[in-house]
Amino acid sequence: MIQPSSRLQADRLTLSYGGTEIVGGLSFEVPPGMITAVVGSNGCGKSTLLRGLARLLRPSAGAVLLDGKAIDRMPTREVARHLGLLPQAPSAPEGLTVGDLVARGRQPHQSWLRQWSPEDEDVVAQALCWTDMLDSADRRLEDLSGGQRQRAWISMALAQGTDLLLLDEPTTYLDLAHAVDVLDLVERLRDDHGRTVVMVLHDLNLAARYADVLVAMKDGRILAQGHPGDILTSELLFEVFGLSARLIEDPVSGRPLVVPLGGSRAARRPAPA
Amino acid sequence: MSAGPARAGPARPAVPGRNPLRIGPVSGVWHPRTAAVCAALLLVSAVLMCLGATRGDFPLPLTDVLRVLGGGGEELDRVVVLELRLPRAAAGALVGFALGMAGAITQAVARNPLASPDLLGISAGAGAGAVTLIVLGGAAGPLALLGVPAAALVGALGAALLVYLLAWRDGIDGLRLALIGLAIAGLGTSLTTYLLLRANLTEATQATVWLTGSLNGRAWDSVLPLAVVVLAVLAAAPVFGPRLAALQLGYDTARSLGRRVQLGMALLVAAAVVLAAGATAAAGPVAFVALAAPQIALRLLGRAAPPPVTAGLTGAALVLAADLLARTALPVELPVGIVTAALGAPYLIHLLVAANRRSNA
Ligand SMILES: Nc1ncnc2c1ncn2[C@@H]1O[C@H](COP(=O)(O)OP(=O)(O)OP(=O)(O)O)[C@@H](O)[C@H]1O
Ligand SMILES: [Mg+2]
Repeated sequence: MIQPSSRLQADRLTLSYGGTEIVGGLSFEVPPGMITAVVGSNGCGKSTLLRGLARLLRPSAGAVLLDGKAIDRMPTREVARHLGLLPQAPSAPEGLTVGDLVARGRQPHQSWLRQWSPEDEDVVAQALCWTDMLDSADRRLEDLSGGQRQRAWISMALAQGTDLLLLDEPTTYLDLAHAVDVLDLVERLRDDHGRTVVMVLHDLNLAARYADVLVAMKDGRILAQGHPGDILTSELLFEVFGLSARLIEDPVSGRPLVVPLGGSRAARRPAPA
Repeated sequence: MSAGPARAGPARPAVPGRNPLRIGPVSGVWHPRTAAVCAALLLVSAVLMCLGATRGDFPLPLTDVLRVLGGGGEELDRVVVLELRLPRAAAGALVGFALGMAGAITQAVARNPLASPDLLGISAGAGAGAVTLIVLGGAAGPLALLGVPAAALVGALGAALLVYLLAWRDGIDGLRLALIGLAIAGLGTSLTTYLLLRANLTEATQATVWLTGSLNGRAWDSVLPLAVVVLAVLAAAPVFGPRLAALQLGYDTARSLGRRVQLGMALLVAAAVVLAAGATAAAGPVAFVALAAPQIALRLLGRAAPPPVTAGLTGAALVLAADLLARTALPVELPVGIVTAALGAPYLIHLLVAANRRSNA
């Protein structure tokens, strides 16, 4: 089988906030048609990397390439038809309903005259169905639970209908069942619709379970990347998180399962072999 | 893509709450409640305009006013209604509409329900411009009629431009814009106070009346420019409506939705500035309408459909009602700005208390 080439890549990408370098000279090709999970401790630059990939931050050096072209020289509407991002902490105005929020995901495809075409309606209804939010479409965001609100935002990103989807912590507020629902949906998007998904996840077991490629970040650099079964080791976990943990095989998926040993940060014990 | 959920006819939308409205290639969404609220506000405004036309030095019964509006009536009644009363009512409606719309846009851009175009220095700039002309321009003569609105317009646009430029640092940020606007507004107010201290009694009286915001004696020639501004902004609504909707979701989301954030901000701020400056030039700074109208509209709608037009209609009804009150509550006629300020101040306190309670909850 011919491996399709990566559509989105970071080429020696350096990202800074006001002179402070957060991501330093990072090169990465987003594997096409796959699920990539980015893990790393708080503040290591995961969201910054996603913002850079989605051209929300101008690189201080290097470049992000979409289909081989520098992304910050492409028309932003054009980019928005191929690449969608769900930010980590999005905000909405008071009184906005779920349906109106998700419909805003159609903006890159709309024009002055075309504000709610049958296609828009179908795609939005589909996106709401996928996250089980269709029945809540008429409710106001502030009246929802944190998890329902997050599913509404995921629907908005899905309604954008992009081949490339960047999700910053899509499962943070979700209970385990809904987190699994969202990740199953991500798998379905990959399998049935050929979508490429990059997501930041904090739950290592879910990341190991669902990612085709796991990317471990520390201090704005990639420490390891590859299939979770190949790269996830207790040494890596200790290096990335300072976490002592044992890895066992997940009896369902055969992927690694992280069992923390506890007291790790204070004790800094070397991980048992 | 797999088959989407079966789509019902327009009666039952596929997405609850979003009723499609489609004519040929044109498509949109309509909300029954928004339509009803807008119709009701239009009706209220029309009634208030007719009632307003009955009041004055030469009171007319409502039936006579309606007869004139229907094309009939006595010659004298026609002059009074069409040349004196109607321009004033139209000025009130347009000033309210422009302020309400400007307020809705400002609150959306600043993402703050307490924001108003005053935060862009508009009232203070207009006040400084107008008072400068009144005090230093020797504008007691016939120049005054033409000169003061123009001077106010220059002051308002100048202040807004200054705020925008000073707030620019790799782009505009809503909060920074508001803080710098506050500082410039303070400067404008100090300039106005200084000029008032130097003014003689006639000038000071004229300036103070202007600074309160009044519709007294407005003729068609002060209505027309504002009407042009309002129509121009309404015509541009398809350009800034979707940008406003995207920006309300935050800069990152707006950009991932393919919007150029700084261009959108510039367009929206410009629309709000032009509306508010036009309204202020026509009537002086009518307090609190821009702040309150969008919030009242939001509550009437029960949802955050981009409410600039609804907020505009709310503002029109507010100003017309306040002007009617200003002319009937006391034996002497008050400037409309006094009434809006008297009603608006408690409302602002209510908003602040509610916001405070929410952040403490
Ligand atoms: N807007 C900003 N301005 C200045 N510094 C920022 C900004 N956003 C993030 N940073 C800094 O950049 C670093 C990386 O932040 P980033 O949000 O990328 O971390 P993260 O890996 O996503 O963390 P988390 O897991 O907590 O979401 C942090 O040290 C943070 O303080
Ligand atoms: Mg983050």
